[in-house]
Amino acid sequence: MSTVYVVAQFVGESVSKTTLELATCGARVGSVTAIVFAGSGKGPALASALTQSPIANVIVFESEEFAKHSVPAFSDALSQLVLVNKPDAVLITSSAFGKELAGRVAVATDSGIITDAVDVASDLSCTQLVFGGSTTVHSRISHGTPIITVRPNAITADLSPCTPAVSTATFTLSAGAKSAEVISTAPFVKGGRPELAQASVVVSGGRGTNGDFKPVEEFADLLGAAVGASRAATDAGWYPHSLQVGQTGQTVSPDLYVACGISGAIQHRAGMQTSKTIVVINKDPEAPIFELADFGVVGDLFAVLPQATEGVRARKS
Amino acid sequence: MKIAVCVKQVPDSWAEKKMVNGLLDREGVDAVLNDLDEYAVEEALRIVEAHGEGHTITVISMGPERTSEAVRKALSMGADDAVVITDAGLVGADALMTSKVLASVIASGGFDLVLCGTESTDARMSVVPAMLAQRLGWAQLTFAGSVVVDPTSSEVTITRVTEDGVDTMKAKFPAVISVIEKINEPRYPSFKGIMAAKKKTMDIRALATVGIPAESSWSAVSDASPRPPRSAGVKIVDEGKGGEALVNYLAEKKLI
Ligand SMILES: Cc1cc2nc3c(=O)[nH]c(=O)nc-3n(C[C@H](O)[C@H](O)[C@H](O)COP(=O)(O)OP(=O)(O)OC[C@H]3O[C@@H](n4cnc5c(N)ncnc54)[C@H](O)[C@@H]3O)c2cc1C
Ligand SMILES: Nc1ncnc2c1ncn2[C@@H]1O[C@H](COP(=O)(O)O)[C@@H](O)[C@H]1O
Repeated sequence: MSTVYVVAQFVGESVSKTTLELATCGARVGSVTAIVFAGSGKGPALASALTQSPIANVIVFESEEFAKHSVPAFSDALSQLVLVNKPDAVLITSSAFGKELAGRVAVATDSGIITDAVDVASDLSCTQLVFGGSTTVHSRISHGTPIITVRPNAITADLSPCTPAVSTATFTLSAGAKSAEVISTAPFVKGGRPELAQASVVVSGGRGTNGDFKPVEEFADLLGAAVGASRAATDAGWYPHSLQVGQTGQTVSPDLYVACGISGAIQHRAGMQTSKTIVVINKDPEAPIFELADFGVVGDLFAVLPQATEGVRARKS
Repeated sequence: MKIAVCVKQVPDSWAEKKMVNGLLDREGVDAVLNDLDEYAVEEALRIVEAHGEGHTITVISMGPERTSEAVRKALSMGADDAVVITDAGLVGADALMTSKVLASVIASGGFDLVLCGTESTDARMSVVPAMLAQRLGWAQLTFAGSVVVDPTSSEVTITRVTEDGVDTMKAKFPAVISVIEKINEPRYPSFKGIMAAKKKTMDIRALATVGIPAESSWSAVSDASPRPPRSAGVKIVDEGKGGEALVNYLAEKKLI
């Protein structure tokens, strides 16, 4: 029987939606083992959050080294486990953290790596959308244990209940991982909105908001959406860098992306152009973002958004 | 200090990219220095400028022959010399091979710090810096929004900026650092810089000189096909009812 490792991630003590997507995907290939990295004493709480999706087993690492040494410590733990147990594949969510982890594990286990898969078939052939979504590529790993990072939102999670068997494992920290140390950490304060990369709806604002994100946020909250921003908006300090969408921000691929007062520079497109439906509000009819729009409104976002917000509210009541 | 900066030549962001025989067609497009690597070059220059004489910056790049054009740009910004690894055996090299070749050059160069961009804009894998740290067994200080170097104590401190927050991290040399695009504003090469770059040493090496056999890649593309372009959407001009029309569209598509 094939075994697929899936790296579990949590928001606080709740499992992230992307973990369930990975497990769903992994189950096509074989029996899924979720790998949990926890701080000392935190393992049982995190393991007990794994109650959904086809997860057969859970392996928990508990260590203070994760917080202290970041990605290299996670990588040591996972690589050592992979080298001993030789699973058929390892699935990790595509994010800055996930890709770095995958890269290190690939080197440590002398395995091939594929990043940003939007699908993984039962024979481990991966589908990727490259060059700004203009090209579909199928690729395969030919060497070692396939290490694959999967885009959030690409796979519909199977939410049926599960009761996995939980075990624990230990690892030794390498000298390389020890050599860099986190001396302080300042997590971003997260509001009540969904995580940007995972949200099924994203409403973004750009320079056209002129710093006033209120209409963007009101519309987003009504749709249960995450709020994103262009680099112009984050550079101006109107919105945090962590919520930037694009080449050097996050890549999102929601069911619905609403771009408000964003021109559509290539670096912004790089982070959103594989969204399933794209809606645009921009007062310049020539703005390049309209090239991507399934529905575009040439108009002032300060008029169009509040009216749309009212319209949605009216339909809901 | 001896600093290395890894830079890659990539197709111009606006160029239409296509796959030929499972590989990115690099011949038919304009090629430029990966713009995210300019921030790494700039940061290296600032580190050296902050600490006076006696420090050097070596640009390292792996790629086809014309990669030297991108490397020349980094030299004209002010780096001192360059190593370019180019070899027919590297066509189609993946991230594992790339990191192996770069790590081998770095390991034999006696460097204290290696600076990288966070991502190459063509492959968009964002894995090479972490792979280099793993291969070399060096400290990994990636996604740096600021870098402070103390050559006397051989210590480097960065702020690491991720989706989750900002960490402060510290390490002794040697370290691999990747820098985000908010860290600085890269300079334009001056006329003097461009002239000076023509005389700088560019050490062009084949794979055999690096001591690595040509290996097949760890992964391969089985097929690539263009996706149908997005079908043209609806575009309306707001004449007072634009918001309502938008809501109707979303309702029709069952998005609300
Ligand atoms: C190395 C590098 C990396 C980058 N990475 C990113 C990235 O990750 N993400 C990113 O977004 N950008 C990135 N950029 C920047 C990118 O090139 C653009 O500069 C940026 O996306 C522009 O943001 P914008 O569309 O909000 O602003 P602008 O281009 O100024 O566009 C504002 C738009 O708002 C419209 N507008 C103005 N007022 C209104 C109104 N009242 N109602 C409706 N519409 C209005 C205007 O018509 C205009 O089209 C990067 C650039 C570089 C060089
Ligand atoms: N062929 C290469 N030659 C030199 N540096 C590279 C090469 N490929 C990647 N890099 C470096 O690694 C960073 C991340 O690239 P990537 O992992 O390909 O997205 C880039 O910004 C460069 O600094």
